[in-house]
Amino acid sequence: MSGGRLFKTYAVAYLLFLYAPIILLPIFAFNDGTIIAFPLQGFTTKWFEAMVSTPTLHTAVKNSLIIAVSSAVLATCLGIFTARAATRYNFPGKGGIAGLVMLPLVLPEIIVAVSLFGVLLGLGIPLTIWTVILGHVLICTPYAVAILNSAFQSLDRSLEEAAYDLGETRWSTFRLIILPLVAPGIVSSLLISFTISLDEFIIAFFLAGTEPTLPVYIFSQFRFPQSVPVIMALGTILVLLSIVLLTVAEYFRRRGIAKSGGKDTGGFL
Amino acid sequence: MSTPAPSLAKASEAERAARKPLIELENIQKYYGDYHALRGITATIRQGEFFSLLGPSGCGKTTLLRTIAGFEEVSSGILKIDGRSMDGVPANRRPTNMVFQSYAIFPHLSVEQNVGFGLRRDPRSAAEKDRAVQEALEMVGLKGYGKRAAHALSGGQRQRVALARALILKPKVLLLDEPLSALDKKMREQMQVELIKLQRQVGITFILVTHDQEEALVMSDRIAVMFEGQIAQLDDPETLYRLPKSRQVADFIGTMNFLPATIAAQTADGFDVDVAGLGRCHIGARQSPGAVTGEVSVGFRPETLTLLYEGQQATDRESPGVIEEVVYYGDMTYYDVKLDGVAVPVRLSMRNVFGRPVLDRGTRTRVAWSPGALVLFR
Repeated sequence: MSGGRLFKTYAVAYLLFLYAPIILLPIFAFNDGTIIAFPLQGFTTKWFEAMVSTPTLHTAVKNSLIIAVSSAVLATCLGIFTARAATRYNFPGKGGIAGLVMLPLVLPEIIVAVSLFGVLLGLGIPLTIWTVILGHVLICTPYAVAILNSAFQSLDRSLEEAAYDLGETRWSTFRLIILPLVAPGIVSSLLISFTISLDEFIIAFFLAGTEPTLPVYIFSQFRFPQSVPVIMALGTILVLLSIVLLTVAEYFRRRGIAKSGGKDTGGFL
Repeated sequence: MSTPAPSLAKASEAERAARKPLIELENIQKYYGDYHALRGITATIRQGEFFSLLGPSGCGKTTLLRTIAGFEEVSSGILKIDGRSMDGVPANRRPTNMVFQSYAIFPHLSVEQNVGFGLRRDPRSAAEKDRAVQEALEMVGLKGYGKRAAHALSGGQRQRVALARALILKPKVLLLDEPLSALDKKMREQMQVELIKLQRQVGITFILVTHDQEEALVMSDRIAVMFEGQIAQLDDPETLYRLPKSRQVADFIGTMNFLPATIAAQTADGFDVDVAGLGRCHIGARQSPGAVTGEVSVGFRPETLTLLYEGQQATDRESPGVIEEVVYYGDMTYYDVKLDGVAVPVRLSMRNVFGRPVLDRGTRTRVAWSPGALVLFR
C-alpha cells in the first residue's frame, strides 16, 4: 500500500470516528424502540412528541438558555474591556493581570467548580442559575478575551486618532469607529461563549442547586433506559441548532472582513 | 470673476515676512520616561506657510507634529496657535487637522461618509453638508467617487480622501505626517505638485513631516531640519541648500563634498583658508555660518564644480585631478575626481549637453571651481 493510500484511509477513518456517532443521533431519534441497537425497529416521531410533554425538560432548556445568554453577554462585555485595556494601555502588572484573566482556560474545571461551590456555601449564598452564570462567566471570559484581543489588535490606532482629530469625543469615537470595526469579533465572542456555557456540565452540576441545566438534565435521564431515545431526539435538535449558529457566525465574520476590506485568514468554516 | 490659477512659485521673502505668526513654539520639551524626545524647540510658523519638519527617523519630527495636533502633551514649554495657548486643549478642539501616514481611512464607511465625518456635529442642513462634501471631493480630484467603498481605493486615492476629510473642516493648520511615503516615485512626484497647488488654493498653513530632503526642498516655503530632538537649522530651501549651518545639515540635504582646511587668517569680511587640493582661497563671512577657528572643513555642492575639457579655460580657479568613477544618469553624469594631493575624491555633476562627451575613468582632467561656492564648517 502506498503512503498516499494509507494517508487517505487514515483521513476517512478519522472523519468517520468523529462524525459517525453524531449521525447515529437522528437515526435512533426516529427509531421505534427504546434500545439503542441495530436492526432498526421502524419509523416514529413519538420521542419528539415525548419531549414536548416533559415539563422538567422545558425548565432545563429555559435555565440553560438564560444562563448561556447571560454568560455570553457578561463575558463578552468583560472581554471588550480587557482586550481594549490590553491592546491600548500600559500599566504596572499588566502581564500578571492578563495571565490571571486567561488562567481559567487551563485550570481543571472540577477544581474551579469545587472551590466556587465551597466559597458560595461558606458565604451562605443559595445555589441558583445566578451562581451558574457566575461560574460560566469565569470560564467564558478567557475565550472572549482571546477572540477580542485579536479583533482589537488588528485595529490601526490612527483610525481612532483620526476620528478624535475630526472633532469626536473619546466615547463617540469608540461607538462610531471602534465598535463597528470589532463587531465581527463581538459576534464571534458572543456565539463561542454561548456555546461553551450551553454544554458546560461540571460547574453547572455543582452550582445549579435545584435548577438543572440541559446537560445536567440529560445526564440524569441516562439512568432511565426509556428516556434514552428522547435524549437522542433532543440531541438531534441541538446538532441542527449548532449548525445554524455556526453558519450565522461564519456569515457575520465573512461580511465583517469584506466590509473592512481585510484579508480572510481562516475562521470556522 | 475666476480666481487665477495658483502659482507654484514660492512666496517671496517680502511676502513671507508680511505673514502673521500662526503657531508659536517656545522651548518645547517632551520626555517619554527617561527619553528626551524634544529638546527645547523654539520656532514660529506663519499664516499660509508651507512648512516642513525634515529629519532622519527618530529625530522627533513626528512627535513635534503630534504635539501640535494635541495627541501628545508637552512636558514643558509653550505652544500657541493663533495667539491662543493650547495648554489643556485636546486634539478634538484644536484648529488643526491631520493627514495620517497610513491615511486612517475608515474602512467601514464610504468615501462620502469618510469625507463628511468631521461634519457630524456641524449644524448645517444635510443638503448643505452634502454640497460641502462634493466640493471637497472635487477639490482633490475625486469627483464622482463619493459612493465607493473606502477600502476599494488605491493608495493615491486614499490619500486624496484623507486630504478632503481634513480640509473640509477648514482648519487653521493642516498637519501631514509623511503623507507621500507610501506612494511610488511617479505618484509621489505628481502628488507633490498637487499638494503645493492645493495649499496655494486653500491658503491654509501646511506643516509637513518628511524624511525626504528632496520632497521638503520642492514643497516648502521654509524647512526646519531636526536632529535628536532639536532644530538644527530653520531656513528657506535655497538658504538651507546653499548655506547649511553645520556639516550634519549639509550631509542630510543633498550631496556635499568636504575637504579638510586650515584657517590662515581672519580678514575684515571673512577668512583666508588653506584647503587641501584647492590651495589658499578667501571665504566670505556669509559662507561661514558657524564660529570657526583652526582645523576646519570646507564644503561644496557637486554642481558648483565643472570638468574642464581640452582647450577650455576656468573663469575663476582650477585644480588638476584624475577621474576615478563615472556614474551616468541620462540627463546628468556624476564624476568622482581625485584632486592632486587629496585622498578623498570629490563628486561633481555635469549636465549631459548635446555634443559633450562623457569622459572615461582614469582620464586626467582639470576641475573648475569658485571660492564663492565654498562653505566653511567647524
